[in-house]
Amino acid sequence: MIQDMWNALLHQPNTQWVVLSTMLLGIASGVLGSFALLKKQSLIGDAVAHAALPGICISYLLIGEKQLLVLLLGATATGLLATYLIQLITTTTRIKKDAAICLILSVFFGTGIVLLSRITQQAGGNKSGLDHFIFGQAAAMTRDDVYTMAGAAGGLILIAFLLFKEWKLLIFDPDFAKNSGLPVGLLETLFSTLLVITVVIGIQAVGVILMAALLIIPAISARYWTDRLGWMVIIAGAIGACSGIVGALISTISTGLATGPLIVVTAAGCFIFSFIIGPKRGLIQKLMAHHVSAERLKEESL
Amino acid sequence: MEALNVKDLQVAYDRKAVLEQVELSIPKGSLTAIVGPNGAGKSTLIKAILGMLKRSSGQISILGKPYSPKNRNVGYVPQRGSVDWDFPTNALDVILMGRYGHIGWFKRPSKQDIMLAKEALHKLGMADYADRQIRQLSGGQQQRIFLARALVQDAEVYFMDEPFVGVDAKTEKAIIDLLRELKHKGKTVIVVHHDLQTVLEYFDHTLLLNRTVIANGPTEQVFTKDLLQKTYGGTLAFFSPTGDKRVMS
Repeated sequence: MIQDMWNALLHQPNTQWVVLSTMLLGIASGVLGSFALLKKQSLIGDAVAHAALPGICISYLLIGEKQLLVLLLGATATGLLATYLIQLITTTTRIKKDAAICLILSVFFGTGIVLLSRITQQAGGNKSGLDHFIFGQAAAMTRDDVYTMAGAAGGLILIAFLLFKEWKLLIFDPDFAKNSGLPVGLLETLFSTLLVITVVIGIQAVGVILMAALLIIPAISARYWTDRLGWMVIIAGAIGACSGIVGALISTISTGLATGPLIVVTAAGCFIFSFIIGPKRGLIQKLMAHHVSAERLKEESL
Repeated sequence: MEALNVKDLQVAYDRKAVLEQVELSIPKGSLTAIVGPNGAGKSTLIKAILGMLKRSSGQISILGKPYSPKNRNVGYVPQRGSVDWDFPTNALDVILMGRYGHIGWFKRPSKQDIMLAKEALHKLGMADYADRQIRQLSGGQQQRIFLARALVQDAEVYFMDEPFVGVDAKTEKAIIDLLRELKHKGKTVIVVHHDLQTVLEYFDHTLLLNRTVIANGPTEQVFTKDLLQKTYGGTLAFFSPTGDKRVMS
């Protein structure tokens, strides 16, 4: 199988493009996901991903064909609407954030599934390929799809690089950021928007159900390797990239396997490895530290 | 000249007034304590002045000009518990955050910024901890990091939210030395303070607050039994300067 993967990677331009774009997607998710994790917005990513489905379906119903950019615009619209509604519910009612997220996520996703069933029942609807948005199918991406995704992912990575310092302060200490003269509201809105875009460009390859995992798993894995935000972002990007590459390759060469689950399983492997081996409070490091302090106690008591 | 002037400040949470009709001015070059019971709105006052909370009304001026963070003449030390100390960063990096307002968009801290941050670390007796992950610092050390961060903001007026809470004796001394040095340089420092025992010793100006200003003036005029009782309501464990403790009701 490794041989097949190499062959595909070396000789098939289509595969090369798909792999490159999922790699860029993985980097963007790892980077943005690191910020989202530290901002305690992991669940928001999940809600946005699920909420993207009705937007995709509505766009498809309106234009009657599968044009990725239009579908993604629809997905962005409902994704943003969902984050806005979650915020509105938590600030104006007594409903807590977790309940608000759960409510919005399931209602939007349910609506999306209803619309999707309607579309697949229509004549020609089951050829629309929209059902690929549920679990992701990187191989089903056309050359234009790949360009769209790679371009957007590249843009996200660039913006995160430029605003690294500002976002770091915003997330660590928003009051101090405000006092330093940073436009806190603007930076917050920009971050939420970019997070939504990250999720939206990922749903074709990874799918709405599992996209949040590609956002968060690389970030929590990276936290086991470093105590510096800069390195955390880089390592999370690398883990995201590996997951994207491996997932896309396996799914491309063995047709029929959905890409999303493969990407997430790969990322989860990276997480377990980091959780055990990671030098910053990984399992082994913790056990050794415990052992050392127990030994020291024993010596001192003698 | 006044370091801070507040006119007609009102703050409400859920339509319930937290601060009402706050009018006050703080002289330039003073060390001012904001004193009052729990729930008096001391932190709220600072945050409302600095625009971190929404004001229902009120005009704020700093050194004679309407307050704007862009003037970069105000330094801020938040409560230690207000941030996540598990954040992946080290002591030097947190102090460098005090320079972000000066550095400008997209740029990284310069050598001079790093030098300033190291000087601040040194000044607060933390020179050996530059690379330490902030979770691994003691409470007092974390507080000193926050002080150092405010120091490199190079401001004229400093607002500090309970810098003395939960710190060790060494940190308390480092902080008060720093406050005195700032005053010596003509800076103004406004501190939310809990410990009534040290108000007379540390501060030359005092603001008594309980949802509105009870008294505001030189500490020896304001820090009296009557006014404190008015601020704290019925019961108050009153510490006389000689140290004997009486409960008044």
